[in-house]
Amino acid sequence: MAAYLEQLVNGLVLGSIIGLIALGYTMVYGVIQLINFAHGEVFMVGAYASLACYLWILPPDLAGTWYIALPAMILFGSLVAALLAIAMERFAYRPLRGAPRLAPLITALGVSVFLQEVVRLFFPDAKQAKPYPTPFIEGGITVHLGDGQFTIAYIRILLVVVAIGLAALLQLYISRSRMGRAMRAIANDPDTARLMGINPDRIIVWTFVIGAVLAGVAGVFYGGYQNTINTDMGFQNGIFAFTAAVLGGIGSIRGAVVGAMIIGVVKTIAGQLPFLGGTQYDYVWIFVVLIFMLVFRPQGFFGETERVRA
Amino acid sequence: MQKQLVTVAVAALTLSVTVACGTNKTEDGGSGGSCDTSKGTLVLGVIAPQTGGLSAMGLGIKNSAQLAVDQANSACTVKGYKLQLQTEDDEAKPQIGQQAATKLASDTSVVGVVGTLNSSVAETVQPVLAEKKIAMISPANTNPSLSRGKEYPTAPKRAAENYFRVCATDDLQGPFGAKYLVEKAGKKNIAIITDGKTYGDGLAGEFEKLATSLGAKIAGKEKVGEKDTDFSGVIAKIRGANPDAVFYGGEFPVAGPLSKQLKDAGLNIPLMGGDGIYDPKFIDLGGKDGDFATSVGAPPDELPSAKKFVDDYSAKKFKDAFSAYGAFAYDAANALIGGLKKVTDAGDWSADKRADLLKAIGEYKGQGATGEVAFDQYGDSTNKLLTVYQVKSGKWGSVQSGTYNK
Repeated sequence: MAAYLEQLVNGLVLGSIIGLIALGYTMVYGVIQLINFAHGEVFMVGAYASLACYLWILPPDLAGTWYIALPAMILFGSLVAALLAIAMERFAYRPLRGAPRLAPLITALGVSVFLQEVVRLFFPDAKQAKPYPTPFIEGGITVHLGDGQFTIAYIRILLVVVAIGLAALLQLYISRSRMGRAMRAIANDPDTARLMGINPDRIIVWTFVIGAVLAGVAGVFYGGYQNTINTDMGFQNGIFAFTAAVLGGIGSIRGAVVGAMIIGVVKTIAGQLPFLGGTQYDYVWIFVVLIFMLVFRPQGFFGETERVRA
Repeated sequence: MQKQLVTVAVAALTLSVTVACGTNKTEDGGSGGSCDTSKGTLVLGVIAPQTGGLSAMGLGIKNSAQLAVDQANSACTVKGYKLQLQTEDDEAKPQIGQQAATKLASDTSVVGVVGTLNSSVAETVQPVLAEKKIAMISPANTNPSLSRGKEYPTAPKRAAENYFRVCATDDLQGPFGAKYLVEKAGKKNIAIITDGKTYGDGLAGEFEKLATSLGAKIAGKEKVGEKDTDFSGVIAKIRGANPDAVFYGGEFPVAGPLSKQLKDAGLNIPLMGGDGIYDPKFIDLGGKDGDFATSVGAPPDELPSAKKFVDDYSAKKFKDAFSAYGAFAYDAANALIGGLKKVTDAGDWSADKRADLLKAIGEYKGQGATGEVAFDQYGDSTNKLLTVYQVKSGKWGSVQSGTYNK
């Protein structure tokens, strides 16, 4: 029994990382109907930027103090991720704003490969996995359950709290703030929104920035609890995040988080159940769930049915 | 009559070129400048990962083979030819390795290949090279079936006439590790995790066989993906059986973070692996004090025959360390050069001399950086020395060297 509870916790931790990335996918899709496949790379760049901050910007005597190092790394990682997203939007996607949907999609794939290679070639010694420091609260809580027990590291608890907190804030922001209303207006009907005095370019950049900041935060936590980052991490986790966004209903904030948690828990519980083939087949079950979703409820949990545009 | 004339002409030409070379030797400057290289250039291929997670080991292989080639060139070992190293990146992927092998096989000046690092890559590289009878000497493949066939425990037979290796195999390495972990370290409840590749699965299987016969219990067997970085699921699964050690069949990019995550999850037990985790990077990536690795050969800094290699390597000032397989790659390259010398001494090189070269390598005997280098009837190394290493205060240190006899 303790093992299943531990797997549930593992699933929520994985779900939190995927959820933070999925929010970026779902917001950009909601506003401009672009599946930004380069978003996983924003997450990867955020992780490498925070590593650079730890190695070369933080003074060594402060780098060991978690309550200074962790916020500094999150800030710097998110900042670089946001700048990257602004550049990406400005130079790769904005010129294609009026083009058929396939063009920006292919561009996104190109940007993804480009960013992976740039980091691999120019970040010192990034041709192989980089060890990621642990400027975090060491240790964890030990849970006793029946005759079993397990330890949940503090960093993992913090990650889940931060992910769910940020998602809730974002939901509030989108539904309550002026900027959020403008985003929804653009998503609904860009032409009418423009007539109402909304500047779509500004809103779209802002959407990219919010997604990138969340991905940057995810990058720091990912490195922090796995202790290693590599240039493939964006691609692999980006696919999961995209799946999560589709499961939850692409365009929906709540959907992205719920979808991510489902993916996380399905993966870990399927790994534990002996009759499902064990941990080497756990990825399979994520996509089995996705296929069933696409067959029976293609719009996802919280998605709306496709609007017909005039 | 005409034939005689041609011979004379060729001899004269050779002589003049030799003289020309002789007079130009100061201009040449580089290695091999003072030797007769009139018969052209012969290429030694290297197939090993130059990028990606295992590049630390692959770069060490390349540099060490380069060292052997440079030394042969400056000592004029292969008379009449200049040797050149051509390195192809296999990215540790069987499919890329196959492409690299195809590229090298199309070149008639290629005499042999030093490589590969991964047993799984060797499985695709070896058949391509075999078609052209190109010799392949691996510094690092430890899967037994590569040389002795799939039925190696019961009915060993030579699997490929072009395949040789200079390191001991997993059917010795696995049991050697098991003997240490169960008898010396006293671990009786061992969880086994592998990456599912040729090397990892093979090694773990051999480990398990002896560990169980020595009375240890196997506390679960799990597989992880080669690209996985989050092992919490696997850790939760094995925790239920209360293992006192973990044996990992695979390489350091997974093993390092796995070791750290075991500790973070409150399962502070040693991890043991094979030669695939014996690399300083394992510790950088999270390998902790108390973890074990077995590796082929003896530690180079303790083996007198390795001292010269270590000194020569550092004199070359390569950017990368020679890593776990450098000394083996050096010996592999020298075995290839030694065989080549024998063949070219008997007559000029041409692609149909490759069969002679395979025979010459099989008969090669030399004193190398890892001890005595020679091959048995399967192409395996006769040097069966193995060592157990342990991480102590952030560094690998040797614990025990020896051979395992069945």
